[in-house]
Amino acid sequence: MDNILETLKKLWLESGFMGFFENGGWKSLIMILVALVLLYLGIRKKFEPLLLVGIAFGCLLTNLPGAGLYHMAMWDAYVYECPYDAANEAILYDVEEERVLSVEEYMSTLPPDAQEPEIIEKLSFTDIAHIGGLLDILYIGVKAGIYPCLIFIGVGAMTDFGPLIANPKSFFLGAAAQFGVFFAFFGAVLLGFTGNQAASIGIIGGADGPTAILTCMLLAPALLGPIAIAAYSYMALIPMIQPPIMRLLTTEKERSVKMEQLREVSKTEKIVFPIVVAGFVILLLPSTAPLIGCLMFGNLLRETGVTERLSDVAQNALMNIVTLFLGISVGATTVAARFLTLNTLKIVVLGLIAFGFSTVGGLLVGKLMYKLSGGKINPLIGAAGVSAVPMAARVAQVEGQKANPSNFLLMHAMGPNVAGVIGSAIAAGFLIKVFGA
Amino acid sequence: MTLKMDLGDALIDAVMGWAIVFLGIALLVLVVVLVGKIMSGKKPAVPAPTPAPAAAPPAPPAPPAPGAAGDLKLYDTPDRDAAMIMAIVADELKVPVNELRFISIREVKNK
Repeated sequence: MDNILETLKKLWLESGFMGFFENGGWKSLIMILVALVLLYLGIRKKFEPLLLVGIAFGCLLTNLPGAGLYHMAMWDAYVYECPYDAANEAILYDVEEERVLSVEEYMSTLPPDAQEPEIIEKLSFTDIAHIGGLLDILYIGVKAGIYPCLIFIGVGAMTDFGPLIANPKSFFLGAAAQFGVFFAFFGAVLLGFTGNQAASIGIIGGADGPTAILTCMLLAPALLGPIAIAAYSYMALIPMIQPPIMRLLTTEKERSVKMEQLREVSKTEKIVFPIVVAGFVILLLPSTAPLIGCLMFGNLLRETGVTERLSDVAQNALMNIVTLFLGISVGATTVAARFLTLNTLKIVVLGLIAFGFSTVGGLLVGKLMYKLSGGKINPLIGAAGVSAVPMAARVAQVEGQKANPSNFLLMHAMGPNVAGVIGSAIAAGFLIKVFGA
Repeated sequence: MTLKMDLGDALIDAVMGWAIVFLGIALLVLVVVLVGKIMSGKKPAVPAPTPAPAAAPPAPPAPPAPGAAGDLKLYDTPDRDAAMIMAIVADELKVPVNELRFISIREVKNK
């Protein structure tokens, strides 16, 4: 009988439930609630469900005490390039003093009931694959910058750059809509973030999930969870965020402008475009190579007409597999101790500001083009310069049609929309160049 | 709150960043326009192979059937849907359908 009771007690003490009652365990409970809210938004409200459901489930798994699927301290050790104690899941690093601790210093900080340390001098991906949990292994794809780039191949294969080639002026709207990136960057510095962190927060305004993840992973990996969640949530909320700003900054007359039919773009032009853009932009700003290179490679697969199988895989199978891994592994970074901070709240607010001001930037340059063209360009298409494809273009179409029911802006708005993808990649390239190691 | 980056530096970085994006895009526009010009410049030089058969009925010579206005190209759109779309557009514009010219109808797919 004693044995049975002892076994049951041991089972209870070693269960994850006990984790909720241990030091800071309540934070995990809050994060589980956050995960449930995100699941509700993804499933019920259909907010970017393909990614948000994965992120939410990753958030749920990582915050279940004792699950051991993701080890935040191990990734900190990888980032700080300091020794890692695998037995006690701790790093030999003083974050405040920004210095590596000696083994003796570290040992003096260990509580008496700590396990015998197993110190690994410098972690590699091989070590992580060996001692990490499942989500640690999947997260290697984020850390190595593989997932965002693979997603960009899929995005490229799905994107028709025809409207942009037919009307190259709309490129400028894609650039204008990066205003929010730099506005939020400045705002983040004002709120006490470091340059690297501010750059990662600002890029939320690019409205491009993979770009935000890649930039954040390179510049401020500790903020990846909140930044990814803010970026994808606001992308889903574009139909709510943009229309009030559009109506505020444009007149009924401007919104009702009908634009001329776009010219037909030849197949050769569409094939040459990704080759020229990749070559030119990467030569101009080499740090954009992973994003622009993959985006244009995907687009070339689509346009050549001889790689239909590859284009199909990039658009469907590859995109789905990577989205699955990306969502769940980004969600895994939302560990309670790291997520439930004032910084997360600041990031959420700054993300909204970034989206708002990106829309403002696009609309203002759209209005300028309206004036310069003698009223031939509908400024609403400027708001589509944020690169959430095709959501932002659809919002421009809906608002244009509200002002003039015979207005069809969708194809005109697709130009700035896909230009926004290129614009945000250039903005990210600039920030990575300036703030990267 | 202590700032971890000089505000002046941050402002310079922000302004310069946006300017670089514009500059990069402006140069890209130049390149794209240039490539477009080269492409369209080449087009008339090879008029024989495609344009003749493809652009076969450009209106004037022989008035085809009453109300006809050349070939309509359909992409992923069944005839029935195309007919409906043309009727709706004509109705919305308050213009008889035989006074409109539809060049192509393509289904816009969500991606």
